[in-house]
Amino acid sequence: MNAVWAHLPILIVLVPLFGALLAGFARRADPAFAIALVVSWVIPFCAGAMLWQVLASGPISYHLGSWAPPWGIEYRVDALNAFVLMLVSMIGAVTMPFARRSVGFEIEEGQRPWFYCMYLLCLTGLLGIAVTGDAFNAFVFLEISSLSTYVLIALGRDRRALLAAFQYLIMGTIGATFYVVGVGLLYLMTGSLNMVDIAARLGPAWADNSRTIIAALAFVTVGVSLKLALFPLHVWLPNAYSYAPSWATAFLSATATKVAIYLLVRFLFSIFGVAIDLRALPVAAIIIGLSLAAMYIASLIAVFQSSLSRMLAYSSVAQIGYITLGIGFVNLAGLTGGLVHIVNHALMKAALFLAVGAVFFRARTVQLDDLAGIGRKMPITMTAFTVACFGLIGTPGTSGFISKWYLALGAIERGWWLVVFLIVGSSLIALIYVGRVLEIAWLREPSAAVAEARDPPLSMLAPLVLLAAATIYFGFDTEWTAGIASTTAKGLLGGLR
Amino acid sequence: MQTLGIILDHYSYVITIFLMMSGLYIVAARGNMVKKLVGLSIFQTSVYLLYIEPAKILGGTAPILDPAFSVYSNPLPHVLILTAIVVGVATLALGLALAVRINEAYGTIEEDEIFERDRET
Repeated sequence: MNAVWAHLPILIVLVPLFGALLAGFARRADPAFAIALVVSWVIPFCAGAMLWQVLASGPISYHLGSWAPPWGIEYRVDALNAFVLMLVSMIGAVTMPFARRSVGFEIEEGQRPWFYCMYLLCLTGLLGIAVTGDAFNAFVFLEISSLSTYVLIALGRDRRALLAAFQYLIMGTIGATFYVVGVGLLYLMTGSLNMVDIAARLGPAWADNSRTIIAALAFVTVGVSLKLALFPLHVWLPNAYSYAPSWATAFLSATATKVAIYLLVRFLFSIFGVAIDLRALPVAAIIIGLSLAAMYIASLIAVFQSSLSRMLAYSSVAQIGYITLGIGFVNLAGLTGGLVHIVNHALMKAALFLAVGAVFFRARTVQLDDLAGIGRKMPITMTAFTVACFGLIGTPGTSGFISKWYLALGAIERGWWLVVFLIVGSSLIALIYVGRVLEIAWLREPSAAVAEARDPPLSMLAPLVLLAAATIYFGFDTEWTAGIASTTAKGLLGGLR
Repeated sequence: MQTLGIILDHYSYVITIFLMMSGLYIVAARGNMVKKLVGLSIFQTSVYLLYIEPAKILGGTAPILDPAFSVYSNPLPHVLILTAIVVGVATLALGLALAVRINEAYGTIEEDEIFERDRET
């Protein structure tokens, strides 16, 4: 047992990687699904054990191949990583049972094992980004997750999925390349790729080479922002989320952008923030400005969408704005709000997109016009959907309220009353686009398109209900979300110059 | 005159930046998907140069431990870029594969024609 315990940081990457190989060799859908399910259910135990270890006794440092850092690659897990690892692995574990029927319905038989193979590779990449303490290693994992994501999107049922995947490939590669340029400039300045080591060496380098370091900061921030779909770098997201297979959208919306946000937080707070005084640079102001723009513009666009999945995609861009807004505040309440919204939004959006997948499974359409009265035909699905929608608005009693509460506190602490009102105001726009869907779903007579619809089988219903229940649960018990987020935020802010 | 001196001293960086910008421009300006991928590849390749140039030391040997040589090139960026090249090849392959599938589905790989065809249906 001890032998396994010491190697958890690498196992969390290796298990899905070898799972992907096996799923690829399986050649048939059912064994591939079984492998994906086993892997998805094993990983949370690894992540949970690491989270427990980190909270009990501080950061874990794992030396790959026993090469001491900074020469060897170090996997470094602190409260922030463990938190993200836990989130990604739990989303995978909870949503996986949904995949079997949804994938069986939407994807051709020959492509199904490859779908699971790509999912496991994507999981490998996402967990790898979160676990590694090496800036270049993070790039490799970023590309592993990105390349598999392009394939997952291209497997969508519509031919426009191919176009969405291609556009995402172009933008994603530009983003990743920007990130490598930034890391390369940092390497030129510090001679190191280990994140902790870069942070230590960057401070002394700042005096002579501040211009290069600012360029590195800009390249990394823009590159990662492309990946996390910060407004206005979000243009790849709506198409990708609308045309990807339903289950892939649910998984990606809950994990891929969140891991990119983690990387941004890591670079801003654990590398640049430790070495130089970021308050002297307009980083926070730019992030806050773009976040507010995302919250309003993307929400407004969401109001005018005719397709349910596209509306939720624009809502994702807006919600990512809340997360980055909290990061931009650079104070305890704001950063806690941002981090806690990573989890809360992941749970809500996974629930919402799973509900869309369930609706498509039964009604074969996600166009709002066709979905009149769907609530009466699929009551359990649409109740879960409604609960998650309330979370999206930030109604008290849901986890969304907790996030917005902390964000508002962060703004008040800064004395920015206008921002407080803007946070509340953007919730009202969310109320409009969500209310529009709920009105169509519950208050209208069932249309012909949904006449045959009924709730999906248990394997699809259970994950959906579980996620919706979590949205309510984390609205009351915040120890596991806001509690850990606050500890993490305290640690990050304490390290700042 | 001084500016010219700086440019000449750093000519390898000038080439890198020129390649980087032209790659990015091709990606943005061209509607043909294969041309876009060509631009993307040029863009990525320029980053390989960004890493390799500072690692090469004039008069330095290959990084082999031998008492006869004291000056050698930094091996780490070369190794990193080997990885980046593999990533670049994978991206290009996937991009081209998608272009083939798009051509099968739409009958064209020109972006504006594809948008037009989507609007028709």
